[in-house]
Amino acid sequence: MQLIVNIVVLAAIYALIACGYVLIYRVSRVLNLAHGELMMLGAYLLLTTASLFAHHPAAAIAAALVLSLAVGILVYVFLMRRMTGEMVLAAVLTTIALGILLRGLVVLVWSAQQQYPGQALALANPPIDVLGGARISTFSAVLVVATVVVYAALFAFLRFGRWGMRMRAAGQSPLLAAQRGINLHAVYALAWGLSTLTGSLAGMLIALDSGLSGTMVTIGLKAFPAALVGGLDSLAGALLGSLIVAAAEVLLIHYVDPLLADVVPFLVLIAMLSVRPWGLFGTREELDRV
Amino acid sequence: MSRPQPRASGYFRTGYAQDLALVETRLQRTSLAVLVVALLGFPLVASPFGLDLACQVFLAAIGALALMLLTGFAGQISLGHAGLLAAGAYTTGIMFKEWAAPFWLTLPASALAGALLGIVFGLPSLRLRGLYLAVSTLALHFVVIYLGGEYETRRGLSTGITIDPPRIGGYELVNGRLWYLVLFAFAAAALLICLNLLRSRSGRAWSAIRSRETVAEALGIHVAAYKLLAFVISSALTAVAGSLFAYYRGFVSVEAFSLFLTIQYVSMIIIGGMGSLLGALLGAAFVTLFPYLIEAALAALPGAQGRAGDLAAVNQAAFGIVMVLFLAFEPLGLTGIWRRMQSYFLLWPFKHRPLSGGGR
Repeated sequence: MQLIVNIVVLAAIYALIACGYVLIYRVSRVLNLAHGELMMLGAYLLLTTASLFAHHPAAAIAAALVLSLAVGILVYVFLMRRMTGEMVLAAVLTTIALGILLRGLVVLVWSAQQQYPGQALALANPPIDVLGGARISTFSAVLVVATVVVYAALFAFLRFGRWGMRMRAAGQSPLLAAQRGINLHAVYALAWGLSTLTGSLAGMLIALDSGLSGTMVTIGLKAFPAALVGGLDSLAGALLGSLIVAAAEVLLIHYVDPLLADVVPFLVLIAMLSVRPWGLFGTREELDRV
Repeated sequence: MSRPQPRASGYFRTGYAQDLALVETRLQRTSLAVLVVALLGFPLVASPFGLDLACQVFLAAIGALALMLLTGFAGQISLGHAGLLAAGAYTTGIMFKEWAAPFWLTLPASALAGALLGIVFGLPSLRLRGLYLAVSTLALHFVVIYLGGEYETRRGLSTGITIDPPRIGGYELVNGRLWYLVLFAFAAAALLICLNLLRSRSGRAWSAIRSRETVAEALGIHVAAYKLLAFVISSALTAVAGSLFAYYRGFVSVEAFSLFLTIQYVSMIIIGGMGSLLGALLGAAFVTLFPYLIEAALAALPGAQGRAGDLAAVNQAAFGIVMVLFLAFEPLGLTGIWRRMQSYFLLWPFKHRPLSGGGR
């Protein structure tokens, strides 16, 4: 029972992070390898806002979320906008460079020590008993709920929202979308903002649950296989992919070898890439012709 | 890959021997000779610290050349370079630890291990392209690192494997100057190998594959074979670099082969300039020396003493900024700057090449 709870929590973490990869890839065909760092930055922003609004946890989290949305948009406006229309590799490498930059900056600003924003906000994290004798920490439960809410909101937004429709259009064909009067730069900026927002939310909840340090980047990177297994341009796929990767990871760690933790998602990734590179729900990339 | 060097006067090749020659004009011969003499003379005047830096540059240059061959010329993106270096280092470390194998045995074995791993890394490239290929090599990086870590834990060597300095002909390689010469020889050999591969059939096949795979296939190039060949050669070279690295440091551990190392190598070929061997060398030197430059710059700033702990962070941040700047403003890298300087002086007092006749 505890195993199932663990799987669900880990899947929720991966899913919440993976939707950031999916959003950006779906809209602009850029793979954002700085997502883990952006997510960590969001968590550190919470640390700062926590010292500002020490007695209003909700206000602190809301402020940090707004800030991270702004960070995402700024990253697009100042950095990634230049990479529109460049080689795919150049864009990916730019995100990698951004990641290194952020990693350094975070240490410079907030120091490399393990920090606990939960204490700064005076939030307790008592375990909750769920059925079957399994336990789950409060923030893990919040994280699972948050994942469900975020995915529901994203589905609704992309399906019914005016901007959501524009995002889908831009993802399908940038040229046609631009010709129909859609502001591509605004759409891309929004995608980056939303992606950073959801990533930061994940980062904050993880930090509240188990503390905050530079190792959070690894979690962000491990969520990437989840996005790819489901298909890089499919939100539903990201959800299922996260479940698969999380299940594989938890079960293998439990039954085989704890050292496997960091490598399981990538083993799943390799298996997926060799069978069905475009993922479970992804659209098949077009073959190139002469 | 016959890229015409910009020349002031008309230089015409009149025979096949001239077509095959690597150094053609007297100026090139003289400058090459001066360069070699300067490099050989360097250990006589350099401090141990300078020697160490030079050795690191040579080591990085071998790895960067290998990556340039794969990414810059064959167009196959790899984010698994640190994994391959680790494979070379671990092959050496394990062979030394288990059987006390000598230098001349571990080095070829590392190359072989690298070549085999190159096939593994290259297999996804037959199906995947661009981004997905990069991701699959990234995944393989983690697998190699995991295997290395697993070996360390199983053998109870949680801190890493220590390796004795290699012995060549009964002479132990501990001296910095000797190391310098050995690594210089290896780097020069790697450069020669790459140069010759690139101006032969394989190099032409690779550049065709990089330009457009489908067309290359239509032209009768065995795309799968040449892709795998690129991976195999690049990986073997990288593994040799990893093995040398292990001997040079005298120590192998998983921590040395993080994802950051891959990023460093990738940034070497970007900062140096894609599609140019000179770029790989320049990039290797730049990226290797960059942290020391930052350190020196920080030390020169007032009140630097208290900030010593932040050095690594400052390094990372500055490195990220430099990489972003190169990607955004100088996609051709250091080679691009070098070429522009060359043509500036060649064309002076004019600014542009004539539209017909002159450059290509």
